[in-house]
Amino acid sequence: MTIKKITTPLTKEKVENLKAGDTVYISGTIYTGRDAAHARLIDTINKGEELPFEVKDAIIYYVGPTPAKPGKPIGSAGPTTSYRMDDLTVPLLEKGLTGMIGKGLRNQKVIDGMKREGAVYFAAIGGAAALIADSIKKAKIIAYEDLGPEAVRKLEVEDFPAIVVIDHEGNNLYETEREKYAKSEEDK
Amino acid sequence: MRRIDVKEIENTVRNLCIKANLYLGEDVIKAFEQAEKKEASPVGKEIIKNLIKNAEIAKNEEMPICQDTGMAVFFIEVGQEVQLVGGNISEAINEGVRRGYKDGYLRKSVVKDPLIRENTKDNTPAIIYYDMVPGENIKITFAPKGFGSENMSKTKMLKPSDGVNGVIDFVTKTVMDAGPNPCPPIVVGVGIGGTIDKAAVLAKKSLTRPIGSHNEKEHLREIEEMLLRKINNLGIGPQGLGGNTTALAVHVESFPTHIAGLPVAVNINCHAARHEEIIL
Repeated sequence: MTIKKITTPLTKEKVENLKAGDTVYISGTIYTGRDAAHARLIDTINKGEELPFEVKDAIIYYVGPTPAKPGKPIGSAGPTTSYRMDDLTVPLLEKGLTGMIGKGLRNQKVIDGMKREGAVYFAAIGGAAALIADSIKKAKIIAYEDLGPEAVRKLEVEDFPAIVVIDHEGNNLYETEREKYAKSEEDK
Repeated sequence: MRRIDVKEIENTVRNLCIKANLYLGEDVIKAFEQAEKKEASPVGKEIIKNLIKNAEIAKNEEMPICQDTGMAVFFIEVGQEVQLVGGNISEAINEGVRRGYKDGYLRKSVVKDPLIRENTKDNTPAIIYYDMVPGENIKITFAPKGFGSENMSKTKMLKPSDGVNGVIDFVTKTVMDAGPNPCPPIVVGVGIGGTIDKAAVLAKKSLTRPIGSHNEKEHLREIEEMLLRKINNLGIGPQGLGGNTTALAVHVESFPTHIAGLPVAVNINCHAARHEEIIL
């Protein structure tokens, strides 16, 4: 297990250095976006309009945080399940998105897009929302405020903990690791 | 006849909403500690350690364990010797949810219409199941349900000839298909029998049982143990990154059914198996 520290922007060069299985600590600016925000981003692309933030070399974190308590930048903020964004991901990769943070499986269309465009998929620990919130130093809503928890936020993070699950070559930790520990009933 | 003011129910619900979302139950923490010792994968072990740490941070900093503070699900047992006064019980529960989710800085995750999808901004309406029982108490069980795991749940109408093996195959396949999505280690609730809706409610209600408890019926206890072993042999592991802790527990409940059918429902809960109950 290799631990790597990375800072945003996540350039293609940095993407190529990340391998499935790497533990990473991410610092810098990342953007949040989940179901409803993704639908609006894609709609914006389809209409040929300007996106609310620079997607090139950016990381999107699939999260809908709890409200911040007074004096805190954000509430609990663990990853949401990524497959719901699968149908809305490739157009963002084509606009230069290089990183996604979520949890759970991605479909082949997304993996093919990641290989073609050069992007990486990180998993954060699902449900470890209080732990992850500690690495988020600033948060600001920058688009779609009416969506409440689903609004797009700009986050400043320090040593945000994640694992590279699918790298730019399509190596997929979910597949390789499960096989190692699967036991047939005959083994008992 | 004992009189209970619904205002007392509202206040109780408000407090339950906050408590369940901020403090992970001792049963779940104990299950994590046991799993951490047995987990073969180093990455899996580390993840379970982090889940224990997460629960500590949530408790100390009074913040939710998970950002998905769920749809509010209640099981209410009303003693038939109770007279409810001061208003409507369902409205009181919803008002308690409104206050709890606001005061506890919990996420409001409910949309008014499943297709139009406008947020109700107060996490109502709650889903409430009532049961009339003997006695003069009211028991309120609250289980906030996150949808990472709810989305991976399934029901199936098996044939009677599919029998116990059919049930086991369906449950195992449902967990396998869910893979890393529902945030393993999971708790698997299984409802067998009744009608399609009855089986689904049984599966959901079984998730409110303390982790590690078993069904009193011997044959169902055996199915629970067999399913837990089979599920943990799938290799999915904590967060789907490999290991032998895919589930912390399997809870099975059953109900009589029709000669022609064998309904089965699988309701999956993530590792944040939150549930709180109180007797008024």
